[in-house]
Amino acid sequence: MNPGMHSALNSAVTAANGGMAPVATPWFFYSLAALAVISGVLVITRRNAVHSALALIVTLLSVAGLYLMLYAPFVAGVQIIVYAGGIMVLFLFVIMLVNLDRASKDRQFNRIWPVGLAAACVLMALFVSVIVKGKALFTDRGMPLSESSNTQQIANALYGEAGRMGQYTFAFEIASLLLLVAILGAVIMTKKKI
Amino acid sequence: MPNFIMSYLRSTEALTPGSAGSQFWALIYVLIIFAGVSLAVICMNWLERKALAHFQVRLGPMRVGPHGLLQPIADAVKLMLKEDIIPTEADQFVFWVAPLIGLLAAFTVYTVIPFGPTQAVSDMNIGILFMLGVSSLGVLGIVVAGWASNSHYPLIGALRSSAQMVSYEVAMGLAVISAILMTSLNTSGTGTLSMIGIVQAQQQQGVWFIFKFFPLGFIAFAIFAIAMVAETNRAPFDLAEAESELTAGFHTEYSGLRWSLFMLAEYAAMIAVSAIAVTLWLGGWMRPFPNLLHAPVWEFIFSLCPGFTFAGLAAITLIGTARMPAHSFFKIQRIGLAVFAVLLGFIALLLLVIAVAGRSADISVAARFRDGIDHVYWFVLKVAVFMYMFIWYRATWPRYRFDQLMKIGWKVMLPISLGVLVVTAIVGVIVK
Repeated sequence: MNPGMHSALNSAVTAANGGMAPVATPWFFYSLAALAVISGVLVITRRNAVHSALALIVTLLSVAGLYLMLYAPFVAGVQIIVYAGGIMVLFLFVIMLVNLDRASKDRQFNRIWPVGLAAACVLMALFVSVIVKGKALFTDRGMPLSESSNTQQIANALYGEAGRMGQYTFAFEIASLLLLVAILGAVIMTKKKI
Repeated sequence: MPNFIMSYLRSTEALTPGSAGSQFWALIYVLIIFAGVSLAVICMNWLERKALAHFQVRLGPMRVGPHGLLQPIADAVKLMLKEDIIPTEADQFVFWVAPLIGLLAAFTVYTVIPFGPTQAVSDMNIGILFMLGVSSLGVLGIVVAGWASNSHYPLIGALRSSAQMVSYEVAMGLAVISAILMTSLNTSGTGTLSMIGIVQAQQQQGVWFIFKFFPLGFIAFAIFAIAMVAETNRAPFDLAEAESELTAGFHTEYSGLRWSLFMLAEYAAMIAVSAIAVTLWLGGWMRPFPNLLHAPVWEFIFSLCPGFTFAGLAAITLIGTARMPAHSFFKIQRIGLAVFAVLLGFIALLLLVIAVAGRSADISVAARFRDGIDHVYWFVLKVAVFMYMFIWYRATWPRYRFDQLMKIGWKVMLPISLGVLVVTAIVGVIVK
C-alpha cells in the first residue's frame, strides 16, 4: 500500500468517526441548485452573448459543486477542467469574433419556442416521475461511497482490475473512437489541402 | 483552551486540518497562506525590478528606503490613491468582475498546495486535477477583461491570451499525466492524484520524478516548465500584454486598484504553477537526499539550513549597510538597513535555536516545530528558484511572434509530451 492510499484511508477512518462528517448538507445543496437554476435561466434571457456565457460558467461550476456533494470529486474536477476551463474559453473566443451589436438587435426568441417549451415540459415530467418512483427504480445502496476512492472506482469500471476487463471498457473505447473520428473530421474540414 | 483548537494539535496522526475536519485550523492556515502569498508578491515585485535592473546594468529603485526596499509599499499606496477609471463604453459589470475572477482562481488553488506533509489546508483526493482546473479558470478573467474594455488592443490581447492558454494547456496536462503515471509504479500499482500523495510516492520510490527514467522525467518537467511560462503570460510568451504592439494588452483600460488586482493575480498564479512543478517533479517539501543521508547527524545539519539562510541574508544586509555612502543624506537609510539586518539576524537566531532544541528527541514539540519549518523552508526555496527563473527569462529572451508561439505549442511540445507519456508507460510496464 502506498503512502497516498494510507493517508486516504486515514481520512476515510476519520470520516467514519464523524471527523469529516458533511456540514450543513441541505443548505449547500439548495444554494448550489438555486445558483445553477438561476444562472441557467440567465443564460437564455440575457441579450448579450458574453453575459450568457458568464452565466453558463456559473451554472457549470455549481453543477461541479453538486457532483462534489454526491461524493464524486473526480467528475467535479473533470467538469471544471473540461467545461468551465476549456470549452467556455473557446465559447468566449468565438463570441468575441461575432458582431455583438448586430446580434443584440435580433429577436431573441424565434417562432419555434413553443416546441422547446413542450420538450422541456416532457423532460420535467420524466424527472418528476423518476423522483416519485425513485425508490423502485434505483436500489438503495446504503451509505454513500467514500470520496477518497472515487477516482480508483471509475478507473476500475473503465479499465478493469486484477487482469479482468472492466464493466465499461468496450463502451469507453467506442466513445474514444467516436471522438477521434470527430477530431479527424474537424481537421479535414478546415484544411483545404492535406 | 477550547477543544476545537486543541484537538487538532493533540492528534498523533499526521493529517492536514482539512482532512482532520478541523475548521478552525483550516481557517488559520488559509489566513497564513493568504498573508504569506501577499508578502511573497510584494517581495517578488521588488526583486523583479531590482534583478531586471541589475541584468541591464542599472541600479533599479534606490530612493524609497535603503536600496528601494520600501518601493512596493510606495507603489501600493500610489495604486490605491489613483483614480479608478471605467470607460464609458465599457461593459460596467463585466469590467468590474473580471479582475476578481482572476484573483479568485489564483488564490483558490492554494488550498491544496502541500508546503509539508501536514502543512496544507486540505489533502484533496483529486488535488492535482483541482489545481489544474481552477488555475485554468484564471484565463476567463483575462478574456472577459479584454472584451469588457470595449477597445481594440485589450480585445486582441484577450484573443491571443485565450488561444495561447488553450494550446499550452494540452501539452501541460500531458506532462502532468506522465508524472502521475510514475506515482503508480509501486507494489500495489495504484497511483494517486493527491498532491501530498505524489510527494510521498517520490519519497517511497527514493527518487524525485525529474530524475526518474532519465531523461523521460526531465523532458516532461521541461515541457511543463515551458508551458507554465506560457500559462502565466510571462516573457517570452507575454503576447497578451506585449507593450510594443498592444500598449498593455488586456489591461490597457484598467487603472489603480483594479490594475493592481491583475498584477496580484498574475504573481499568485506564477507561485502556484511553480508549486505544481515543485510538487510533481522536485520532491515537494523533501530536503535533498532524504533516504540516502538519513542519519541523525545529517538530519541535524540539514535542519540548520533555514537558520543559516537567514544568517546569510543578514550578513549581506550588514555589508550593504557598511557600503552605504558616508554622506549625512544617507544617515536614515543606513539606520533603516541596519535595523533590517538585525531583524534578519534575530530570525536566523530563532531558527537556529529551534533546530538545536529539536535535536534532542524528548522535546517533541520543538521537534515537530523544527520539522514543520524544514518542510516549508525546502518547499519555499524550490519555488523561489522558479520565481527567479521567471525574472531571468524575462531579462534574457526576446518575445516570440504569435505564429511561432502556436507552432511551438502544437507542433513541438504536444508531440514530444505525447511521446514521453507513451514511452513512460512502456518503460513503467517493463521495469515492473
